[in-house]
Amino acid sequence: MIRHTHWNETLASLAAGLIFGVGLVASGMTQSEKVLAFLDLASAWDPSLAFVMGAALVVAFPWFALSAGRAKSVLGLPMRLPSARDIDRKLLAGAAAFGVGWGLVGLCPGPALVALATGSPKAVLFAVAMLAGMGLYEAIVRKDELKTA
Amino acid sequence: MAIDWTHFTPMSALAGGALIGIAAMLLAALTGRIAGISGIVGGLLRPHPGEIGWRVAFVVGLMSAPVLYALLGDRVDVQIDASNAMIVAGGLLVGVGTRLGSGCTSGHGVCGLARRSPRSVAATLTFMAAGFFTVFLSRHVFA
Repeated sequence: MIRHTHWNETLASLAAGLIFGVGLVASGMTQSEKVLAFLDLASAWDPSLAFVMGAALVVAFPWFALSAGRAKSVLGLPMRLPSARDIDRKLLAGAAAFGVGWGLVGLCPGPALVALATGSPKAVLFAVAMLAGMGLYEAIVRKDELKTA
Repeated sequence: MAIDWTHFTPMSALAGGALIGIAAMLLAALTGRIAGISGIVGGLLRPHPGEIGWRVAFVVGLMSAPVLYALLGDRVDVQIDASNAMIVAGGLLVGVGTRLGSGCTSGHGVCGLARRSPRSVAATLTFMAAGFFTVFLSRHVFA
């Protein structure tokens, strides 16, 4: 029974990932130039990214509103949605650093992974640096946790 | 502000965005998880038991998108104009920043906003502002 659920979870995740990836490619968000054209307000502006986020929100918003407070997913798994509500320095500093990196290259994590799969050397370089950054964060957090433990 | 009508693609943006929304909804509805790419990948770097399979599956699915396009005879072109130094700096900042800030464009910008999370609103406004500011500096001040 548990094993059965486990495979359902894996398949559902695989399908969601694929649909997400196709959405990123279809919307043009894997083209860094298109993202940068959205972030460049001082030139002729390409609002496409706002339409991508807007459409995603219009689709997802009603479902999240209707399912708020659910304890179990459709597959019977516990809902593990973030519950933190406080806006702290860590959140804002991280978001600011992410925004700077995003503005430098025009890739955020999703498109970076899709681009990586194409084998483009520059995309590989970006993905390696991104994973190194995530690893760096883990190393620092782990060190902090050991200190406080 | 002038709209760049030659490059603006409203229909494909809406269609692709809707797919992203469907994917986020599907993952949450079926597995109870948030489709935040940085969180899904970051969680693989320090994996907890039972937390590996679904993350790997999601990433494999995501990275299969260009393969699916290739099978259908369509190439996914990736053009990155940034210099190698900017790519390394940008990648490191995106990696550290998304983990420190608990999310990226998908986790905060789509799922978090859809859940009306105050943290995600603050994070999205912050990374958008930082992105606008960085592009302004790199394209119009230090260009």
